[in-house]
Amino acid sequence: MKPLRTLLSLFVLGGLLASAELDAQVTYDRILAADDEPENWLTYNGNYSSQRHSGLEQITRDNVDDLEMKWMLQNQTFGAWQSNPIVVDGIMYITERPNDVMAVDAVTGRVFWLYRHTPSEDASVCCGANNRGVAILGDKVFMGTLDARLIAIDAINGKPLWDIEVADVNLAYSITMAPLIIKDKVVVGVGGGEFGIRGFIAAYDAETGEEAWRFYTIPGPGEPGHDTWQGDDWEHGGAPVWITGSYDPELNLTYWGVGNPGPDWNAGQRPGDNLYSDAVVALDADTGELVWHFQFTPNDGYDYDSVQVPVLVDMDWDGRPRKLMLWANRNGYFYALDRETGEFLLGEPFVKVNWSSGLDENGRPIPTPQPAGSPTWPGNQGGTNWYPPSYSPSTGLFYFAAWENYATIYEPEDSEYRPGRFFLGGGFSVLAPVPGAPTIGIGRTTPINNWTDEVGYGAVIAMDPRSGGAAWKFRQFDVSDGGMLTTASDLLFTGGREGHFHALDAWTGELLWKASLGGQIVMAPVTFMVDGQQYVSVISGHTLVTFALRD
Amino acid sequence: MRDDGRTFARLGLLGFCAVAWLLPAAEQGHAQASGDHQYTSEDIEAGSRVYTSECALCHGANGDDVDGVNLRLGQFRSSVSDDDLRGVITTGLASARMPAFDLNSDELNGVIAYIRAGFDPSGVAVKVGDVARGQDLFEGQGDCSSCHRVNGRGPRTAPDLSDIGAVRTPAALQRAILDPITALLPINRPVRAVTRGGETIQGRRLNEDTYTVQLIDSEGRLRSLVKADLAEYEVSNTPTMEPTTLSSDQVADLIGYLLSLRGMQ
Repeated sequence: MKPLRTLLSLFVLGGLLASAELDAQVTYDRILAADDEPENWLTYNGNYSSQRHSGLEQITRDNVDDLEMKWMLQNQTFGAWQSNPIVVDGIMYITERPNDVMAVDAVTGRVFWLYRHTPSEDASVCCGANNRGVAILGDKVFMGTLDARLIAIDAINGKPLWDIEVADVNLAYSITMAPLIIKDKVVVGVGGGEFGIRGFIAAYDAETGEEAWRFYTIPGPGEPGHDTWQGDDWEHGGAPVWITGSYDPELNLTYWGVGNPGPDWNAGQRPGDNLYSDAVVALDADTGELVWHFQFTPNDGYDYDSVQVPVLVDMDWDGRPRKLMLWANRNGYFYALDRETGEFLLGEPFVKVNWSSGLDENGRPIPTPQPAGSPTWPGNQGGTNWYPPSYSPSTGLFYFAAWENYATIYEPEDSEYRPGRFFLGGGFSVLAPVPGAPTIGIGRTTPINNWTDEVGYGAVIAMDPRSGGAAWKFRQFDVSDGGMLTTASDLLFTGGREGHFHALDAWTGELLWKASLGGQIVMAPVTFMVDGQQYVSVISGHTLVTFALRD
Repeated sequence: MRDDGRTFARLGLLGFCAVAWLLPAAEQGHAQASGDHQYTSEDIEAGSRVYTSECALCHGANGDDVDGVNLRLGQFRSSVSDDDLRGVITTGLASARMPAFDLNSDELNGVIAYIRAGFDPSGVAVKVGDVARGQDLFEGQGDCSSCHRVNGRGPRTAPDLSDIGAVRTPAALQRAILDPITALLPINRPVRAVTRGGETIQGRRLNEDTYTVQLIDSEGRLRSLVKADLAEYEVSNTPTMEPTTLSSDQVADLIGYLLSLRGMQ
């Protein structure tokens, strides 16, 4: 009887469709029209255009002070919790380290089921046992794993349905990103850019797990772009894909950001532009064929992964409506591209940049490598990174987390490729104001900021995409890996490493409300609605915290 | 940035250095006016040859083959000062089965310089003097103990140095004594705040975030201030400590004392 009761309560919570049978199904049509059901959060970035903009408007600047904590869910494992929840009809699907999936009652935070995949001990990841969430289609949720597998799980009972190898774990392939559903396929990319992989994006039949297509982010012999590599560099040139892409159903193009070439910091060891590292690729969603590409950082020696979320925006440009892609890149430049053609429209630095003196008319950077031992701005973690941005059609502004005045000294050296081992090409150090002072790392491991804003500090930048200049900035003392969420009520929710969770006025950057949650916030908040109540969930440290207005 | 009308002191970057990531956390080789506080690069180079021929057999190429000793990192069983090392090398240490070595003074200087440089031919080899004389200077002429606390004695105004020998290299200690403005860690910067009620609070910063700052005030109390409640808030890039007027031998002694402070054992 119990499963039946769970099902029934699920339908009552959903409460929107007459057919209970249909209600449990997240069809492709529902994902296509995700904006029509803002009470749910159906994909990693909220919808196919990846704007992370919610149509919900119950929480406003006038009542945001009445937010209160409704529930918390404690992670049972340590390390940065970068997962993004999916919310469907009152059920939240969330992953935790290393590869656990939970179905959670989005109203109470109590857990229906937990599915645990224990990754192979041979799994290698550069930067922690991260997983950024699941995708959902029909009655299945899909998770990529640290040992480069893709697993389909029954959304109702948490049982695995199929489990396939995406790539060889012994070559240090991994999956940390949330998959993207397109039509009847599950699309994922692979990590391993610090281990000399050859990156790719692949699509799998959601029913069977059978591979439908695969696009290598490094062209093989005979393919266009192969001549941007020399010798056998292409075989282990990195170009991973570790952040979920976007999709334009009208153009049937799916867009993905590609990571750094390998070895990371020794560009001289791999002469050429190293396509499609540090590029965005536009692929035919049915075949995986490349339609266009735009490379942000050719022959990158700074680890400027272009794994930012491609944000798709339709707006007037030079007096005519255009389909755009907005992109604040790890290399310190903000870009506007035409997403039909890949044409470069605008590029402006949003932080101090000295690795390049500017962009030419095609958007190609003019390189100005710094002398050995001299600092490069922005530093290794970039002007921004993978943290999800947001675009608000209401304000017309593009919001993202920037690291200001943060620089790195690169120390390139030759590296020998050995399968499955680190392939870094040297090392780097972070510029600090006095010798031996603590500096900023990949994550925050202490509640005391003993590096201070002198090593770098954070800002939310509200970018005017037409000018490439900031409409406003909201400065924080520490840097931030926080993602962005905007709402139809013109609120911007975000956090940072200090553990402060902020609600800002999306027009002005004015601080309207904040909560000190105490642990680093390294992902974007999401919002959803159940039974007429709007909720906002954010992960801080080891805790997922869910807020709503006081009853 | 948003400006709430509060003043954030903008801090100039005071000379550049870096903390290694993915690389050995070696002290960066820093050229600075060091006079005769340091061994010369010739000393270090000569010492490298002596070390290879005389010491490496037992201590190993990295200086860590003998239990409890890591010569490269400056970890010894009992020695602190350069003279301690000279004594052990020239007379041996029977209890540890270390033989005595008959080295001339240049060779002896060289091998100590090589150890003090962390086995890095381009490193900095700081002279380390006598612990007891250093302690006298710390508590007397050097005027250190009027601000710094050691093993439960002294004020808490400046950082507690009870374990400083375990967390700083001789070169870093020397820099802090000779040129404190280039050694003051950003987090330790003096802050001055004036509350809306008119109270002026001065102290040493312990932690800071976007909205608050935590400090030890000049009375030795822990204070946490909300920036929005402050009329003024300034962070100074100048330490209250002046560059020392001690002689180079005295500085070497002081470094010897500081290196002997290893925290609770």
